[in-house]
Amino acid sequence: MSIELQGVTKKFGDTVAVNNVSFSVREGELMALLGPSGGGKTTVLRLVAGLEMPTAGDVFIRGRRVNDLSVQQRNIGFVFQNYALFKNMNVFRNIAFGLKIKKWKRARMQARIEELLKLFGLEGLERRYPHQLSGGQRQRVAIARALAPQPSVLLLDEPFGAVDARIRQELREWLVTLHHDLNVTTVFVTHDQEEALEVANRIVIFSGGVLEQVGTPREVYDQPANEFVARFIGAMNVLEAKVREGVARIGELEFPASGEAEGQQVRVGFRPYAVQVSADLTRYRYHAVLQHTFFLGVLLRLELELPSGLTLRARMTKEDYAQQGLEDGRRVSFQIRQYRLLAGEAAALGPEAELQPETPPVLGDYI
Amino acid sequence: MRAAPLEVMTTFFPGKRGTAPRAAQRGVEESSLAKWTLIGIALVFCVGFLLLPLLNVFAQALAKGGAHYWRSLTEPDSRAAIRLTLMVAAICVPLNVLFGLAAAWAIAKFEFRGKPFLVTLIDLPFSVSPVVAGLMLVVLLGQQGFFGEWLAAHEIKIIFAVPGLVLATVFITFPFVARELIPVMQAAGTEQEEAALTLGASGWQTFWHVTLPSVKWGLIYGVILCNARAMGEFGAVSVVSGHIAGLTETMPLRVQALYEGATTATTAAAFAVASLLALLALLTLGVKSALEWRQARAERIAASGAGQR
Repeated sequence: MSIELQGVTKKFGDTVAVNNVSFSVREGELMALLGPSGGGKTTVLRLVAGLEMPTAGDVFIRGRRVNDLSVQQRNIGFVFQNYALFKNMNVFRNIAFGLKIKKWKRARMQARIEELLKLFGLEGLERRYPHQLSGGQRQRVAIARALAPQPSVLLLDEPFGAVDARIRQELREWLVTLHHDLNVTTVFVTHDQEEALEVANRIVIFSGGVLEQVGTPREVYDQPANEFVARFIGAMNVLEAKVREGVARIGELEFPASGEAEGQQVRVGFRPYAVQVSADLTRYRYHAVLQHTFFLGVLLRLELELPSGLTLRARMTKEDYAQQGLEDGRRVSFQIRQYRLLAGEAAALGPEAELQPETPPVLGDYI
Repeated sequence: MRAAPLEVMTTFFPGKRGTAPRAAQRGVEESSLAKWTLIGIALVFCVGFLLLPLLNVFAQALAKGGAHYWRSLTEPDSRAAIRLTLMVAAICVPLNVLFGLAAAWAIAKFEFRGKPFLVTLIDLPFSVSPVVAGLMLVVLLGQQGFFGEWLAAHEIKIIFAVPGLVLATVFITFPFVARELIPVMQAAGTEQEEAALTLGASGWQTFWHVTLPSVKWGLIYGVILCNARAMGEFGAVSVVSGHIAGLTETMPLRVQALYEGATTATTAAAFAVASLLALLALLTLGVKSALEWRQARAERIAASGAGQR
């Protein structure tokens, strides 16, 4: 294990920022700490770095308990949200800072810096000052500076937060490539679930200082541990339904819910991609009006209004949409392939249920 | 950093461009009228109230000829006054650099109760009349003062002696360094320091290589202002000095003593000492401008060097 937290709690006065958190990061992993702002993820990163000291619990780096080690002794590389480049030093001296402190020999230092400049595409910018660099260049300098003294782990706080959306995507891909090439254990903090899903090998999800789930992007998406995770990772339709005769009903929609008590109020969740939409009204069981289409790129988001007044979100590819000749205001038929009965926020979730395709109703028949 | 106001200027006065619409151009002309009016007022004010009196000081100082000017400055009491002024400044400035750094550091980098009170306290010397400041010291440390008996018993003389002058000057000049540093340090935040720590730097290395350079200009301005005031302070120093010629007379006090001599010779001598004081102030300003110019040039060279590669 490269990094391990055991029952770590951090309090600031009366507020508990991190509450009894345990997880570990494997050697060479690219791990995301994900959660809404105020979830405690940055505090966890700072606890690993030694910029904060835990109120309770232990932090290990490469098997060694580091609670009593100062930030200088932990041999970590830290990249701050706004990069925190030394404004009075040029690119070369920024990267050289850690090496000078560690008293590297001149020739070795020169070689290391040249290697990093090349790796990070910063050649020719050595003499520039931070204010003469673009956002992306600043970020690369910050990472090069953190990596220069060959730290055992690289920690990044919201690495893509301070750049504009256009280069964010580029930087994400670049970080994945860099991690692949260097194979340094890397932990980064983000509030953007899409970013975590795309970049990380594994994700730790926090909310309110509590660890909600640890898993691969696939695991947290397909098998969310609880309702918070289910709703935080990816979009989800959530409906309040009432159980009658073993079926959760809301408006015209029905979801088999065997095992739930008669008259019980339940919440039903399903992902937009689980909603299949067809222009052919005889194709699927339910009918709706396509209210609005949001163009998100290759995927489109559809808003459906049911006769009962319910609105649902669906996903569809651009080609499928064009092929079917869909447009706003059209009547469509749809079905929900997979759904999940949601318990309370903290309770564990059962597996996703598959719905058998049902015979479509007679045209014009709504239920 | 200093380019920011310039940018504001250019947006207000975008200059005359052939392509600009007529309405916009009329706007430009109106604001350029305002611009020149304001510049004119500032210029007239500066010349009338600053430059002319300053030139008059030099003219009066040299009214009795160069030899008299030189004699006025080199007679023993004047030499002692010059020496004392430089010494008081040399003690006060380093002390206030230390105090200012400590106070600004505490205010900018830490959160604690009573912080607004501390900020107010730092401003106190600005709001209190210097004469009152001097009197406070007399009441506290003078012969009939609070610590007077104890000091007399231990044969420590503060009031009407050099230590009193130093104390009064330190009190008066305290806010200059701290006031300049606080906003600069607050703007810099703590991230750069934390970055240095994660790279293995000790607290002292972080202060020396990261904190100090990032507040360098604030510190230099603070020192220049502090120094100028330390040499020029009159009120507080006058109360605690006792006006003993050759012993506790600083240059401003010497100027007044000579001026009160009220003969043409002493008046010219007063202006001679005053002109030296003014020269010291001009020298300080010159040093400040030179440093600014060097900094700007270093940045320009770094920028153009980077551009060529």
